[in-house]
Amino acid sequence: MKTTSIMIVGVGGQGTLLASKLLGNVLLRQGFDVKLSEVHGMSQRGGSVVTYVRFGEKVYSPLVDLGEADYILSFELLESARWISHLKKDGQLVTNTHQTPPMPVITGAAEYPRDIVEKLRARANVIALDALPLAEQAGSARAVNVVLIGVLSKRMPFDESVWREAIAETVPKKFLEVNLRAFELGRSAHGE
Amino acid sequence: MKKLMLGNAAVARGLYEAGCRFVSSYPGTPSTEITEEVTQYGEIYAEWAPNEKVAMEAAIGASLAGARSFCAMKHVGMNVAADPMFTASYTGVNAGLLIAVADDPGMHSSQNEQDSRHYAIAAKLPMLEPSDSAECLAFVKAAYEISEKFDVPAVLRTCTRVAHSQSAVELSPRADIPLKDYVKDAQKYVAAPANAVKRHVAVEARMRALAEFAETTGLNREEMGDSEIGFVTSGTSYLYVREVFPNASVFKLGLVNPLPVESLRAFSEKVKKLIVVEELDGVIEAHLRANGIRVDGGKDRFGLLGELSQSRLREAMGVEQPESATFDEPVPARPPVMCPGCPHRGLFTVLSKMKLTVLGDIGCYTLGSSAPLAAIDAVVCMGASIGMAHGFTKVRPDAARRAVAIIGDSTFMHSGMTGVVNVAYNKGVSTVIVLDNAITGMTGHQQNPTTGLTLQQEPTVAIRIEDVCRAAGIQRVRVVDPQDMRAVEAALKEELAVDEPSVIIARRPCMLLKYVKPNPPLAVDPAKCVGCKACMRIGCPAISFRNGKAGIDETMCVGCGLCEQMCRVGAFQKKEA
Repeated sequence: MKTTSIMIVGVGGQGTLLASKLLGNVLLRQGFDVKLSEVHGMSQRGGSVVTYVRFGEKVYSPLVDLGEADYILSFELLESARWISHLKKDGQLVTNTHQTPPMPVITGAAEYPRDIVEKLRARANVIALDALPLAEQAGSARAVNVVLIGVLSKRMPFDESVWREAIAETVPKKFLEVNLRAFELGRSAHGE
Repeated sequence: MKKLMLGNAAVARGLYEAGCRFVSSYPGTPSTEITEEVTQYGEIYAEWAPNEKVAMEAAIGASLAGARSFCAMKHVGMNVAADPMFTASYTGVNAGLLIAVADDPGMHSSQNEQDSRHYAIAAKLPMLEPSDSAECLAFVKAAYEISEKFDVPAVLRTCTRVAHSQSAVELSPRADIPLKDYVKDAQKYVAAPANAVKRHVAVEARMRALAEFAETTGLNREEMGDSEIGFVTSGTSYLYVREVFPNASVFKLGLVNPLPVESLRAFSEKVKKLIVVEELDGVIEAHLRANGIRVDGGKDRFGLLGELSQSRLREAMGVEQPESATFDEPVPARPPVMCPGCPHRGLFTVLSKMKLTVLGDIGCYTLGSSAPLAAIDAVVCMGASIGMAHGFTKVRPDAARRAVAIIGDSTFMHSGMTGVVNVAYNKGVSTVIVLDNAITGMTGHQQNPTTGLTLQQEPTVAIRIEDVCRAAGIQRVRVVDPQDMRAVEAALKEELAVDEPSVIIARRPCMLLKYVKPNPPLAVDPAKCVGCKACMRIGCPAISFRNGKAGIDETMCVGCGLCEQMCRVGAFQKKEA
């Protein structure tokens, strides 16, 4: 079986690490060899963060490189533009449409590109949605990560119950209900 | 049972299974989680030391006393710990002693990209390099065997991608390794010249024995495949080689010092082309060449910079890259920034406004060098700020009224206080600002000697920075709240004006600490905002400028009120509940 590669990209502090942990648990449960790679430290302070998840019969490299990602799950629109070069030719990008201006944009040294979704769509398979209202509907703005996982789960070949079990295992008990609702809302979201 | 584990967690598990009893470390990305993970194993005593040198000395002492011992550090931490390490190589060990060093190719969180393999060669120590979490665990056990068999501290070298990647490991129970007897042996352990002369002979004999061991150990492995190309590689580079060339012949090194020269020579004769793939310096390549082994490609293809990846390997080897999409416009960079509500922001806003010369240090506050604050002139290493400010103001007395050193609480305890002693002793006039945010921030909230809590979060003595400075002979020591920018500016003006050394402690806990509660977010009254952009000078990620007016991202704002202090027209308001 070929190795499948997923990237989770976003801004430090958005909960990308929880998303990768959740994915790792789903994949391990399915009996795959799994590698996750993350960067801690300085980049977590509001910087661009990327997590790699790879699974298959035998996984060597922990990294996903140019043109290798089967899926990119993006928590922020500019980060989708930044990492699109890593998407496979027929890969799938799932992106949040939320925009967090980086410091060079805030200071006026650079401009946040316009119409990113349209431009990405001309180049790749894109599902775009604003995950924040769904997360709020589920009960917490912090559940954006699980909403996005819900969207991705629909495109992956695993049973819904596997995902639900992995969520139960990964998130603290008192947030379980909110997260399961967020997952459900993401799963049934169509996106644009 | 198989479990997904971070490389660092697997090292900790290895320590547990290998019967390790003592761990002392100083945090440093990407090595920090090893020591944090160890705390779940009650059988192992573990602590944060104030710096890597003390950590290593404590581990040497525990090994001498007969316990399998360990210390972990990042690559630049090994510079600090190098002194005891080089001589512990001469004394050897009683029980096994393992030193873990985590390199950071690509400098994800570091000030340089040094290759710690040079240390193993220079200090004449065996060095093991795992590729994934399973090897992290297995190599810790192997390293203790080597340490005790060859009477030598062993070094485990990881890198960011091994330390911070998760992969499957198989768990085993803890080995029952009793404390070894301690017997006084001054000729071995007292590194005075007369003894050390003899010990050096032992060190060289040991290296010859280790070189023989390298030829037969299972840590190194020849994987024969297609004989067109043979790769010699180790660590993560091995994974990239296997990813791109699944059928090639590979000599995988697990023991990277000393190298199995004869096995490598035999391997080179079995393949048409020998390519050495290693991150950073050409250590393996140079050694092969020095031993007359033909190398057909190495640093000439891969270069000396940054980390490798499968793309870089493809490029260097002339393999076609997979097709990929591009975003044809410039994508603005997203550098890390101080968090909303960060106590350092107010201080740096004042330093930036006063246009002072700022000698900086290592920690979250290094971010004060980025735009728009851009308030730092120089950063070198842990603790350097105070020494540098002293030198700077000694040769430019006129600069003394315009130059400050800034250093965090943990960095102060690490190696900043010796700088303060130097200033006082040598009649300096430096103004030192200690940014005391009550935690070691950048590495992810580790306790330190000033916080009153141990690694295990148990209460202990809290060393007061002001007491340390006063004891060193600094008369002018004062505390300010960095959130109160007016008070910070007044304090700075006073202390810079006097012809004696002073220490200003800017004290406020990190906003990310659990006990620090955020205030309700502020909002901008667009009717009042005149678009002067004064609030933009603090570099807060929660404030942005749209359509000529400032705006606040409510999901990020913690209501610290710095923007309110900057605004002359009172446009920032507490939001109505």
